[in-house]
Amino acid sequence: MGELLRAAWAIAAKDVLLEFRSRTAFVSALVFTALVLAIFNFARDPTAVSAVDLAPGILWITFTFAAMLGLNRAFGLERENRALDGLLLSPASRTAIYLGKVLANLVFVGSVEAIALPLFALFFNVPILPVLGPLVLVIALATVGFVAVGTLMSSMAVNTRLAELMLPVLLLPFLVPPVTAAVQMTARLFAGRPFSEVSAWLRLLVGYDIVFVAACILFFESTIEE
Amino acid sequence: MPAPLGGARAALAVRGLERSFGHVRALRGIDFALEAGDSLAVFGPNGAGKTTLLRILAGLLRPHKGEVLLDGAPLERTDAAHRRRVGLIAHYSLLYDGLTAAENLAFYARLYGLRDREALVTRALENVGLADRAGDAVGTFSRGMVQRMAIARALLHEPRIVLLDEPFSGLDQRAAATLRDLLMRLRAERRTMVLVTHNIDEGLELATHVAIQVAGRLAEFGPVAGDLAAYRARYAEATASRG
Repeated sequence: MGELLRAAWAIAAKDVLLEFRSRTAFVSALVFTALVLAIFNFARDPTAVSAVDLAPGILWITFTFAAMLGLNRAFGLERENRALDGLLLSPASRTAIYLGKVLANLVFVGSVEAIALPLFALFFNVPILPVLGPLVLVIALATVGFVAVGTLMSSMAVNTRLAELMLPVLLLPFLVPPVTAAVQMTARLFAGRPFSEVSAWLRLLVGYDIVFVAACILFFESTIEE
Repeated sequence: MPAPLGGARAALAVRGLERSFGHVRALRGIDFALEAGDSLAVFGPNGAGKTTLLRILAGLLRPHKGEVLLDGAPLERTDAAHRRRVGLIAHYSLLYDGLTAAENLAFYARLYGLRDREALVTRALENVGLADRAGDAVGTFSRGMVQRMAIARALLHEPRIVLLDEPFSGLDQRAAATLRDLLMRLRAERRTMVLVTHNIDEGLELATHVAIQVAGRLAEFGPVAGDLAAYRARYAEATASRG
C-alpha cells in the first residue's frame, strides 16, 4: 500500500510540475472558462429566464468542458517520447499509475474550478457565499466522479489518431449521471431550498463515485496494456 | 536452424514466441536461452520483428503464443520484482522534455523505490557525462545527449537484464564511445544483454552470442564464431533466402 501511494504521488507530482512549467492546458482552460461565462452572460435575456434558473446549467457546462482540456492532457503528456512505456516498465503498479493521474487531474480541475467559481458569481450575480459549504461538497463529489472516468477514457483515447476528439465522444455519455445530479443540487442550493431536499441526488453522486472509481481501477490495466 | 534452449535456470529464455499485428506475423516461433553474463546481438533487416521481440522481453507487449522465462520463472508482466530486473534502452528516450535531467532521473528513482536518490542521480549523470547539464531541461538536449540520458534512465536501477534497441542510432562518435564503454562495463559485470541492431560491426564487438532474425524467425542463433566478413556473408544469405 505504501509503495502504491508513493508511486502514485510521484506520478501526480511530476504531472503537476510539468503543467506548472508549461501552463498550456491550465491557461487554455481558464480562458475557455472566462469566454463561456462571458458569452452566456451577454447572450441571455434576463427578462425571460432569471440568472438563478440558468446559472446551475451554465456552471456545470463550463466545469465539464474546461475539465476536458485537462483530461486530454493527462495521457497526452505520456505520449511525448513514449514516456508511458517508462511508467509501464517501472515496478509501479497500474493502479498507482491510474491513481497518480487521477490525483494530478483533480489538482488541475480543482484549480480551474476554484478560479471559475468567483468568476461565475461575478458574471451571474448569484449569491454563492451563503451556500458555499454545500456547493463545494457538490463540486468535489461531481469532480471526483468525472475525473475518475475521464482519466480512464483519456488513457483509452491517447493511442487513437484523434485523441482530442475521441475523449468527449467517449466521456460525455458517462458524465450524464454526475452532471445531472450536480445541476439539480446546485439549482436547489441557489434557490435556497434545504439541503435535505437534495439527499437523493447526493446519494446518486456518492454511489456513482464509489462504483466508477472502483470500476476504473479495475479496467485501467486492460486499457493501457498492449 | 533450430535455436538451442539452455538449462531450466537460464537467466533469460524464450520459448515458441509468436506475435501478430492484424494479419502481419511479427514473430513466428522464437526460441533461445542466455546464461547470466551472455550478450546477445540480434541482427535483422527492418521489419524483421526485432523491436517486437525486445518489447515482449521487456514486458511491454503480450506474446500471442510462447513464454519468456527469467531465471526459470515465467515473466509475469504485472510482477514488480521482474520489472526491477529489466532495463530497456528503446528507440524513444521515455523522458519528459519539460523536466531537467536530474528531475527525470529522480522521478524514475522514486518509481523504482531507490534509496539515496540524490547521490544516485548525480552518479548516473556522471556516468554518461552529463553532470554539468543536470539542471537543464531534457527538451534542450541534442539527440546524442538525449540518448545518453535514456541510457542513464535505463541503468539507474542497475537491472540484471539490459535490453537495447538500436542504441547507437543517431549518436556522434563521442556519445557512441561513451555508450560502448558503458556496455563493456555491463558485460564485465556479467549483466545479461540483448542488443537489437542492423549494424553488424557494433553488435559483434559487444556480443557473446549472435542471432539473425528475418521475417519473424531466427535464421541463426549461437555463440559468436567467425569474423565480421563471415557474419556479413551469413546475414546476406539469410536475408536473401527468407526476407
